This record gives sequence, structure tokens and C-alpha cells, in this order.
Amino acid sequence: MITEEFTGAVALTVNGRKVEVGARPDMRLSRLLREELGLTGTKVGCDAGDCGACTVLIDEEQACACLVSAAQLEGRRVQTIEGLAEDPIGPALQRSFHHHGAAQCGICTPGMLMASLELLRRVEKVDRPMVETALGGVLCRCTGYLKICDAVLDAQNFLEPDDGLAGEDVSHIGDGGPSGFKSTALSQDLAAEMASAVGARVARLDGLSKLDGSEIYGADQAPEGALWLRAIRSPHWRAGFVIGDLGAFVSNEPGIFRVLTAVDVPGENSFGIFPDTKDQPVFAEGETRYRGEAVAAIIGERAAIDAFDVRRFPIRWEPLEPVLGIEAALSPNAHKVHVSRPDNVLVRGWVEKGDIDTAFRDCAHMAEGVFSTRFVEHAYIEPEAGFARRVGDRVEVFASTQAPYMSRDEVARVLGLEPGDVRIIPSACGGGFGGKLDVSLQPMLAIAAWQMGVPVRSVYTRPESMASTTKRHPSAISASAACDAQGRITAYAMEGDFDTGAYASWGPTVAGRVPVHGAGPYRVPNVLNRARAIYSNGPIAGAFRGFGVPQAAIAHEALYDELAEKCGLDRLEFRLLNALRIADETATGQVLQASAGLDRCLEALRPHWKRMLDEARTLNEKSAVTRRGAGIACMWYGIGNTALSNPSRMRIALTREGKLLFFNGAVDIGQGSTTVLTQIAADALGLPVSAFTIVAGDTDKTADAGKSSASRQTFVSGKAAENAALALRAEILRHTNAGPGARFSLQGSALTVEGKSESSVIDLSSSPSGADGIVFEGVGDFDPPTEPLDVKGQGVPYATYGFAAQIVALDVDMSLGTVRLERFVAAHDVGRAINPTLVEGQIHGGIAQGIGLALMEEYVPGRTENLHDYLIPSFGDVPAIEIILIEAPEPLGPFGAKGVGEPALVPAAPAILSGIRHATGVSIRDIPALPHRVRAALEAAGVATEI
Amino acid sequence: MAIYLRPASLKAALSTLAQASGKGRSAHPLTVLAGGTDIYPTRAGKQAWLESFPRDFLDITQIPQLRGIRRDGRAILIGAATTWTDIVAARLPPAFDALKQAALQIGGLQIQNRGTLGGNIVNASPAADGVPPLLALDAEVDIASVRGERSVPLASFIRGNRQTGLARDELVVAIRLPGHRASSRSLFLKLGARSHLVISIVSVAMLLDQGADGTIADIRITVGAASAVPTRLAALEAELRGERLDASLIERVTPGLFSVLTPLDDVRASSHYRRAAARILVRRALANFMEPQVEEVAA
Repeated sequence: MITEEFTGAVALTVNGRKVEVGARPDMRLSRLLREELGLTGTKVGCDAGDCGACTVLIDEEQACACLVSAAQLEGRRVQTIEGLAEDPIGPALQRSFHHHGAAQCGICTPGMLMASLELLRRVEKVDRPMVETALGGVLCRCTGYLKICDAVLDAQNFLEPDDGLAGEDVSHIGDGGPSGFKSTALSQDLAAEMASAVGARVARLDGLSKLDGSEIYGADQAPEGALWLRAIRSPHWRAGFVIGDLGAFVSNEPGIFRVLTAVDVPGENSFGIFPDTKDQPVFAEGETRYRGEAVAAIIGERAAIDAFDVRRFPIRWEPLEPVLGIEAALSPNAHKVHVSRPDNVLVRGWVEKGDIDTAFRDCAHMAEGVFSTRFVEHAYIEPEAGFARRVGDRVEVFASTQAPYMSRDEVARVLGLEPGDVRIIPSACGGGFGGKLDVSLQPMLAIAAWQMGVPVRSVYTRPESMASTTKRHPSAISASAACDAQGRITAYAMEGDFDTGAYASWGPTVAGRVPVHGAGPYRVPNVLNRARAIYSNGPIAGAFRGFGVPQAAIAHEALYDELAEKCGLDRLEFRLLNALRIADETATGQVLQASAGLDRCLEALRPHWKRMLDEARTLNEKSAVTRRGAGIACMWYGIGNTALSNPSRMRIALTREGKLLFFNGAVDIGQGSTTVLTQIAADALGLPVSAFTIVAGDTDKTADAGKSSASRQTFVSGKAAENAALALRAEILRHTNAGPGARFSLQGSALTVEGKSESSVIDLSSSPSGADGIVFEGVGDFDPPTEPLDVKGQGVPYATYGFAAQIVALDVDMSLGTVRLERFVAAHDVGRAINPTLVEGQIHGGIAQGIGLALMEEYVPGRTENLHDYLIPSFGDVPAIEIILIEAPEPLGPFGAKGVGEPALVPAAPAILSGIRHATGVSIRDIPALPHRVRAALEAAGVATEI
Repeated sequence: MAIYLRPASLKAALSTLAQASGKGRSAHPLTVLAGGTDIYPTRAGKQAWLESFPRDFLDITQIPQLRGIRRDGRAILIGAATTWTDIVAARLPPAFDALKQAALQIGGLQIQNRGTLGGNIVNASPAADGVPPLLALDAEVDIASVRGERSVPLASFIRGNRQTGLARDELVVAIRLPGHRASSRSLFLKLGARSHLVISIVSVAMLLDQGADGTIADIRITVGAASAVPTRLAALEAELRGERLDASLIERVTPGLFSVLTPLDDVRASSHYRRAAARILVRRALANFMEPQVEEVAA
């Protein structure tokens, strides 16, 4: 037999220290670092070299730690994010990233920083192409790459520490771990010290831990001795199954201690977003409805779970004929995916206004079209991960989520407990975009921990994450639009079908939002918009940045381009003519009272638009193969839930020690809510941002702030934060009898209240306080005022709307059908930019995702369940973006602010498609516009070139 | 218990392979591991569905003679475990420009620093970007086993999608590039749906040698990702050989000369598109040799 087997430990140098590790020789370096050495700063996004999150330096060269075997490290020097600061350029990179807002969720940041370090060591003076090449192996889903690029280019200017920028030691409370307060040590930006925090480019308060590897994501922490859980999933689109003798199975599998199936669910084996659509089982019963659905989970020791071959699991599958796609699902003899919906229609939504028949009959011009989009994957770089443990008669779940309170209620339901008996502690969230609103592994983990009495953890693999969690709905939209001879829109009608897959998830929200927004941000007197969410055996389609509105915008913007052309109007001027303004009525009959800045967005874009059109004209005189196009699109987006209560509660307290605690249950998923809400609270209270200590999202410690979705945290939780701060301020003023204009300052436990004529000092340490040490507190609530929609979909579905217009210049290769984006100019009415850096970050990232939607992203179950077959925009796919912030204040919002997260994405794809049409004369209506689809359309129109 | 062997000599590696692939008690198939840039991703796909995957490895990264580039008479030898970054950094004649251009477009730097040329050909993906430039260079594969050494043309070594002519006891030790003219130039064009980290929809490698009289003395054209195996376009080469290199040649690149390609319909592109794109990329490559200053010939 072979005798040279590798058995010994590996001796290597990690961050300058020699270590010896007794790891299995084929163990990935990423796992060796994280699990053998405890260096969890190196993140795992795919285990396949596709995302680069695990980038480390081996002997000064970039490598994906997931592709390197332990044995190959013998004698090598490895440098990780934890060792970054030891390099002279390392802290400069961290400061520059912090200053530029280059980290949002932070999960790709260690990889980006290590790739940057390698570049800056190798080259003294770097330019943009060099940065793109050096960082091109790392994917980011949040930032659109532009601020990362800026940060690397600017790093040399941060070699000297800048007072107040970073590294300030500000006190915080708790132990930072899941068992105590989750706290954030605040840094202090000079801007924050200025009179107003609102409007300042405050560097994100939770930023530093994202830059040194210390941030704790779902996979980074678990109690000692936690067992591992893996789900057994259906490899079939639809299948019956019979599970065999599990007792015999467990006794034959050393290291596997338990198998959970549907019978082990103590409460209801069902969850879902709405009370009447809890149709998704934790473990399927009798039949699976989509590829990737869990039927069981095995729990045991890591090694046994790792080595487990699913062929040993006692299950017999009977593949059944699936219903795939909207058309098949709607055919009269289609299999019923759920018995409750004999026609496979989960829900219908509609908005009806005026008289479309007459309007279409009497119009001067009409345009119509059929549009289709595909499943789109969120592709957050952090796969789902977390752990659960039983604490007495309660359960704690630590996991990556956008919606801790919904998560709590779902876990309580499946365990048969009261919500108060479940504690959800959100980990740092490595990207969400709607995909982490639904529970994924939380119910399984909670059941396992509850039943077994030991902590249980799990980390989804990338393909598992992609196969089993939600997607953007594929859509099939037929629409028509009409206008009068002057170009005034007179009617819009659409029928949209959305494939919601095997379970309801957020299908009802999509079906509700689409008709409201479906005619676009314009005055349209006659509207008939209808949408349906359709069950199928496809992946579950749920929430994804925009809830169907991006798909609907592709349709309306294409048709309005056509109408503009038919009445001889410039595309921008057509939109400006029709833009919704204050006092206009929306499709639901809502009269806009304030904050409708679309006209200002378009006016601000006008000079840029003219330049783009001029450039296109000039360039196209010369070239037949490369055609320049300019595209434009507008959007509107209702902030918060659609015609439903949507409250948030915030609490701010001053303790005897002089700590200013901000109990903030809004989950910062990278968008920056922690920073923005603190800026709002600081100005409302009258103390600087640096005075605050955040107690962030933990359902035992903070009040319900709702979910981080629907672009609502700045508007809704921001207003609640303002109200909480004002309440605290009032409490202090009452205590001191000071006038409303009094100035506060906090030094240690001394709170100085400076009135017009006299000032007083409150010694907090000797003030009466509760058992929790709190002397003063303020609680603030906000629930945006909405009205339910009536039988015709008329009403006030949202308290406020975000508006935006984006333009893009692009080149189409008339032979290959490829599209190269040249630049975007994005004008967004955000009400008030509380933090312009963070707003820009949202716009960059939204546009990047819009680029993916327009040009490359198409999820095919069983075929693109990884990040090399499923393409998201990489470094170099996002062009320069110029941002124009329009501030049409929203009186209901904090300091006039509303939301921007989803508005950033919505217009990007239709703008690109508008540009392609301008360049080529061809409308692409089957999305994404992959090169072969563009070329096919060019061929069909007889305009494809052959060189 | 999994086996992981990391011999320091070729001899040890070959005898290990011989034992492992033999019959009887010592037989134990080993997977050859170098850069890991294909093996670990494949493992990730299997792990996701709790399927079994190879756990027994022969790691060849400790064998010095397998890595590096050297001359062997008129030929250039590239060791099987030579990385893409090694190739980019090496001083090589212009005939190798296509190979360098391919190397710079394979994954990100992380992949280029670890992935190897030998791995690329043994993995035998239809979209392997290293293969078209090597076929244009008339590459041969040097193979060794305890039974002896042999050298086979790359064109016959790769037999199909993920299939090669390598026996279980054999190891690819080097890629042999036979003599080439100093005047030969080459170019690699890659078409993908995004800017970095992208699997080719279609790729083209072209090597061209222009005589003193301006005619094409030699031309070799290979198309990747448009057949089960990257394919030389012999009929097109014959059509162009001996002709003057001028703009009129572009029209001679006609669809009929691409009939040897058998492209797939898949998530990346349609079969029809791949044929058209191959034709366009070949035309652009030709044009590029006429006007060397032209940039951005592929998206």
C-alpha cells in the first residue's frame, strides 16, 4: 500500500506568527483559518473561487482561501484581514474605506482589502484600470464597486491617522456577544461634531468592525460544543417521498445523533409572511414542491455531517410531473400546486380608475407590448448561517436576518411557543436585498435546539442558499399606453403575471404593489392595472428590492419611449410633461400633498441628457458597428407597507453613568440605518452622534422596529427615532425647567443644560434611576398614515413616495449584441439626504443590481446554482455614476427624509433598455438582454452587422 | 481514511500513480491536485447536495520540474503545474501572446496565481481558455508513467467534454510547443457576459505568420466554447493561407467555413449565436493583424 501518506501537522506563518495546525491535508485554507485558528475575518461566500470573499495573501500573492489545501501551506506565509493593520498601508486602506463608505454590509470587505493590499504593495501609483484588475476577483453585491475603487485610489492620502476619523475609543456596553447587548463602539467623524449631524457625511458608525475582520456574521460564532445541522433536500422539481426507518439509520451513523422530519415540529409545520398564506412547511409532508425543499435535517458532529453521503439516507423519491412557468401553471389541466388554489392563482391585485376603453378609443397615439423577465437571485455574498440554543423554556436564535421580529413570530409558531419565549439576535447581515426577510434555517435550528437541548448551528453552502431561498419573481406583462396629440398620457393598462413559485412568501405584496405603481410616476387619468401571483413548482419568489415594481417599470418606460417618439417629443420632455407633481392624483386616487420631486429630477438631468444625445449623434456618424445610445427612465416607489400598518418604535435613554443608549431594533443590513437613525436622533435630541451607544436589534432588548425592507427604515424608524429623541429632550427640559432652545452637553455623568439666561448641570450619577440605571428616557413611535384600498384599488396606500430619474449612455456592439455602459447620471428625490455618502452608496448599489437585471442575471434551477454560472455584475461592469440629489422635503419624514434603497434599482434596467433601443432601434423585451438575445433582435430587425 | 500524498519527485509520483491505479489491494484511484481551482469548486457543488466527492489526492505542487518554462531544443516546454501568472510573467515570443492574453482573462488574480496550464487541459472544459491558444501553437502533451513517456498532440489528447486520453497511471508533465517562427504573431479574443470572472461564451485564438511579400505564410485559427472540444478551423486556414493580408480577406470568412463547429444551446448563449460570434471574432482577429493599433475588439 501507499506509504507516503501525508499525516503530520502543517507548519505555516499566519500574520507573522508561526503556527502548527493538525488539520486534514485536504482541508480548505478558509476553513483552517476560521475553524482551526479562529480567524473568522476571512469570509466564505461560495467555496468555489467565484466570489473572492475569502481572498488572503499567500507569500504576497492573492489567493482564494477556499481553493487551497492545508497541505499546500507547509512553509508558506499567509496574511489575512486580521493581519492587515500590521502593514504600513493596511491602516491607510482601512481609513480610506471608512471615509469613502466603501464597506456596506462588509462581507466582501476583507477580500477587497486583501486584494487592495497586494496591489498597493506591488505598485506605488495606481490608476482605475489597475484597481479593477487587482480587485476583479472579488464580487460585491452592495456597493456597485465605485466607492471601493475610490477608496483604493485614495489610500495613499490616509497614511497618517486623521484625528477623529477612526480609532477613537468610545465606551460601549455589554459583551458584544449573542448573550448580552450587541453594541457598537462608535467612531466620531468631524462632521458629526458640527452643529448638524443631519446632512453630514458621517462615516458609518458600525464601520470599523467591517474593516478589521471583527464583525460577527451568521457563520462566525456559535456556542462551544454546538452540533451541526444539514438539511436533506429534494433534488427534484416535484416529488413524492417515503422516509424509511430513522431509528435504524441513526444507530448506524456514528456522529449523527438525530434526524428531524415533519413529525418533529412541535408547533405548526408551516410559516409564511401573511397570516393567511402560511403555506410553507419547515419539512415537507408527502410531497415536495420545488427543487431544494427540505424534507429532513440531520444533526451531529461536524466530521460526521461533513462525510455524510445522502445516498445513505433512507428515503425513496417518486419524481412527479412539475408545473414550470406561468403559462403551464395557468393551463386548465395544470396540477394544483396547493389545493387551496385550484387555478394556481395565489392572489390578484388591481387598480382601476377612469374609463380606459374610452381613453384608448379616443387617444392620438398608442403603444403596446409584451415583456418577460426571469428568476433573479439576491446573491448576497453571505449565505444563510446561524445557531440556536435552548435557554430554559425559551429559545434563542442568532442568525443573519432583515426582519428579527417576523423571524421571532415564525419561530414561535413552529415551536408552539409564545413570541415572547423566542429571542432573535440578528448577526451582522452580509447582504439581504429582500432575501433575508423570510426565515430560512431559523425554524430548523430552533426545533433542533429545542428538541435536543444542545446548541445547534448551520451554514448554508452557496448552491444550497441559491436553490432553497427566495428569488425575484419572473414576470409576464402585457401592457398598453395611450396619449393625446400633445403627448399627455391618457391611459395605461397592464396585465402582469408573476411566478411566485412553490410557496406564497411575498407574492401578495408583489401582486399588490405592481398595480399601484404599474403606470409609472405620471399623471394617468385612466388606469386598469392587474397583477396575479401564480403558484408553480419553481423556486419560491419573494421579496427582492422593489417587489415587482422593477419588472413593471421595464414595461411602462418602454411604452412611454414609444409614445414620446410617436408624438415627436424628446423622451425626457415627454416625461417632464407628464410627471406627477404636488396636488396631482395618482392611479389610486391619492392626491400628493408634498415631496414629489420628479420634475426637479428631470430638469436637473436635462443638460446631461442633451450632452448624451449630442455625443450619440456625433459618435454614430462615424461607426456602424458600435452604436451609442442614450437611455432614460423614471420611477416612483411607495415607502413602507402597502396600505397596511407599518409601525416602528425607538427608545433612547440616559443612564447614571452618563451613557446615552439608543435602543434601535432596525437591522442595519449594510444600507446604513444605524448611522442614519443616530444622526436623526442626535439632531433631534441636541447631542452629538459620538455621544450615543447603540444597542442594536435584539428582540429581548429593543422594541419592534419592523423589517429592513420597503425602503422604510429612514422614513419610518427614522421618524420614530426623532420622536424618541424629542421625548427624551422634553423629559430633560421638564426636569430643568429650561426653554425649548436649550443646548445640551454631556461630559461623563454631567449633563449640562444651557438655557438662554442660565444653565444647570445634572449629575446623572446621583439622580434617581430605575433598576436598569436609566435616569431619563424617551420612547418614540411612528406608523405612516395610509388608507386601505377599496374594491377598485383606490385609496392611500403609502404616506410618501420616492421619485427618481436616471439616464445612461451606452454602446451596443451591433455584431456581438454586447452592451458596454459608458456612464449613468442619476437624479433622486430623497426628501432629505440624512447622510449623502450612504445615499450615494445605495444609488450605486441599486444601479449595479439594475445592470444585472437588465443585462445578465437569469437564475435557472439546477443549472445556475453557483456564482460562476449565475452572473452578477463584477468589478468593471458598473460605469461612472454621477448623482444629483434632489431634496423635496417630506413633512411626515424625519427632517424631511424618505427612502432610497429600492428607488435606486428601479429605473436602472429600463434606462439601459431605453438606451439599447436608442442605439439600435430595437426594443429588447425578453430580459435579461444577454448578448445572444440582443443579437437575435438585431438580426430580426435586419440591422445586425457582421464584423 | 482519506489519502493525501505530496511527493517531492516525479518518480515517486509516477510510482504512486502506478500502484494506485493497478489492480488488487493497493488500487485506490487518486485525483491529481495542483492549483485546486477546478477540484474545490466541483467539491462545493457535490457538498451542497451531500453527494460524495473525491477525497484521495496526489498533490503535484511539490515536484520542482513540473513548474516553470524552459527551452528544449527548438521547442518550448511549459511544466504542467505552471500557473497562469507564471506564463504572464515569462519572456516568450510573440507567438505566445494569445496564451498570455488568455491567462490574463482566466478568473481573477486569485485564480491566475494558483490555476495551472496542465489542470486546464486535463479538466478538458469546452470553454477552457488555455486550450485555443495552445492548439494554435500546435501544442503537444508530454505524458509520463512508470511505463515510459509519450507525447501526443493536444488536439487528439482532448477527446470530448471533460474527456482526455490520459490513462489512470499517467501524469501530464509538460505542454510542448514545437518550433515556431520569430515572426509569428498571435491574438486571443474572449467573449463573455461580464467584465471579470466569466466563462467564455466563445473564444478565438489566432496565430499568423506574414511572409515578406505580405501574404499569409501560416495561419492557425481555433475557436473555444463552440464545440465539445476547442476546434481548429482547418478549412478556413486553408482558405486564407497564401493570400495577401488585406481588408478583402474579411469577406472570405464565410459561415460555411465554420460548419465544423457544433455549439450548444445553454444558459450563456444560443447555438446560433455562438456560430455568429465565432465568425465575428475571427473577422476581428484578422482585422486586428491588419491594424495592430485597434483596441477593444471584443466586448
